[in-house]
Amino acid sequence: MLLVLEQVLNGLQLGVMLFLLAAGLTLVLGIMNLVNLAHGSLYMVGAFVAASVTRLTGSFLLGLLVALPATALVGMAVELIALRRLYDRDHLDQVLATFGLILFFNELTRILWGPRALFMDVPAWLGGTVEIIPGAPYPAYRLAIIGVGLAVAVFLYWLTARTRLGMLIRAGASNREMVSALGVDIKKLYTLVFGLGAMLAALAGVMAGPIYAVEVGMGESILILTFVVIVIGGVGSTRGALVGALLVGLVDTLGRAFLPGLLKLFLAPASADGIGASLASMAIYILMAAVLIWRPRGLFPAHG
Amino acid sequence: MANLGGKLAVLALALALPWLAEAAGYGFLTGVASRILIFGLAALSLNLILGYGGMVSFGHAAFFGTGAYVVGILSHHATLGEPLMTWPVEIGGTESALIAWPAAMLVAALLALAVGALSLRTSGLYFIMITLAFAQMLYFFAVSLQAYGGDDGLSLWNRSSLGPLDLGDDRQFYYLVLAILVVFLILMRRLIDARFGLTLQGIRDNERRMQAMGFPTLRYKLTAFVIAGAVAGLAGALMANQTEFVSPSFLDWPRSGEFMVIVVLGGMGTLYGPLAGAAAFLLLEEVLSDWTEHWMIVLGPLLILVVLFAKQGIWGAVEGWLRRSGLGGKAP
Repeated sequence: MLLVLEQVLNGLQLGVMLFLLAAGLTLVLGIMNLVNLAHGSLYMVGAFVAASVTRLTGSFLLGLLVALPATALVGMAVELIALRRLYDRDHLDQVLATFGLILFFNELTRILWGPRALFMDVPAWLGGTVEIIPGAPYPAYRLAIIGVGLAVAVFLYWLTARTRLGMLIRAGASNREMVSALGVDIKKLYTLVFGLGAMLAALAGVMAGPIYAVEVGMGESILILTFVVIVIGGVGSTRGALVGALLVGLVDTLGRAFLPGLLKLFLAPASADGIGASLASMAIYILMAAVLIWRPRGLFPAHG
Repeated sequence: MANLGGKLAVLALALALPWLAEAAGYGFLTGVASRILIFGLAALSLNLILGYGGMVSFGHAAFFGTGAYVVGILSHHATLGEPLMTWPVEIGGTESALIAWPAAMLVAALLALAVGALSLRTSGLYFIMITLAFAQMLYFFAVSLQAYGGDDGLSLWNRSSLGPLDLGDDRQFYYLVLAILVVFLILMRRLIDARFGLTLQGIRDNERRMQAMGFPTLRYKLTAFVIAGAVAGLAGALMANQTEFVSPSFLDWPRSGEFMVIVVLGGMGTLYGPLAGAAAFLLLEEVLSDWTEHWMIVLGPLLILVVLFAKQGIWGAVEGWLRRSGLGGKAP
């Protein structure tokens, strides 16, 4: 039972990280109608900057504080130079151009930081464990990730639903020409939203640093999970991103932890391990297919 | 067939290539040319759904990789002398191209039928992401195949056997691939000029209108998807023979991206575009990687520039030039 609880928390932690990425990606998708494969690259940039600064200064917090604005700047620069020209192109063009961006960012990272993975330590002040349930110590760092993620979810809700900026973002999503005719500089707004998305990706990247290896290509594996989240949640919906992310995080983590054991009840141990492992790695895609058969536009379709 | 002469000249050049390469002291070029033709075949199949059908499939490597794995697994069992399965029917391994390659096409086609039936319920953005996700699912499936090398992949002991041919000989293999490609170019031309191809292009341009005219558009799209999957499976089978190795990287998503790049670089919705794109892409890779190991830092921005400024692709430019210079070429 304790093991189940621990795995549920692990699933929540993965889900929250996916949410940070999916929120930025779905904003860009829903508002600018842009498929940005390079979103994973921003996650990678955030992680690398934070790892380097942390190594230089010894302070994780400083790494975080440098990585967030740095990645936001990188994101906005990319938007200004390349992506801005892609808004009124079709999805194929966007996919290809941002695929080119991935190749560029991966290679640049390899040149700047070398091919080897970097490792970050969990900051000392989050190094301990917490007993939320008596008898089940859980790493404080992972709990902190869950907390930060949920805080960001609340912040995003407040931002889009309660502020003037959020109102403009929503208005821009439903009718770009009208908002711009009312005297809002829509281009600046888009750049700003893109920067926000980049910052969220960087936040996920920095927090992932101490748990997973900081390496070239780290952005792509999680990007595809993020796409699954968005397809499940519905394009353009922050709420869908949250639900989808937690669902994917839980299914993936629990599947990996328990499917092989579960199958051992029916099958020989050796084949149960093999089948269980492959079923577990495919579980979220099966989940996605199931959601799509039931609701082809995701759980919370944002527009019409 | 206005520029039949041009086509024959290119074909003659392709036929003479192994000798020319040998004479010039670049014997390895025959292998490169085989790779170009195989990638060209895979891109040709993607072009059917992407260029003529307007379906942006981001998971085409899944069918390519499946074809490769079918050949690899059958060959692996033939080497071990163990049957692949004993129930309900006994299926043994084989190295025969006449069995393994059609099997590769069949398995890839069945897979495409399943993936297509689910994915084609959606369109646009969702379709892109879903095809990508299904391909990733197969990638992880391939990684989990511990019996066939898992992450490390599977080496083939021999290339497939085909009658009196010795496919282990690079030159004979090249000619076989060339012959297969020419056959598929002709088939493709017939297919896209036939009622089926015209309907498919109509669906690409305006699906609603085609529906209103009474065409079962989903069935047409799914058929095209399955054909494309089968041909990609054959390309994968050839690639497994070319490299004598299969691994999950055959179906990883950058491979799908590469196929799309090749189609767009060569010219979407043109018959010869994918081939031109494959040649340009692989030769660019050869030249750039010769120049610097970080060749992708050039390729990435180049790709963005092509998308932004040269969307018609290489073959589109060639056709435009042929038209202007009065040498013929197809009307737009």
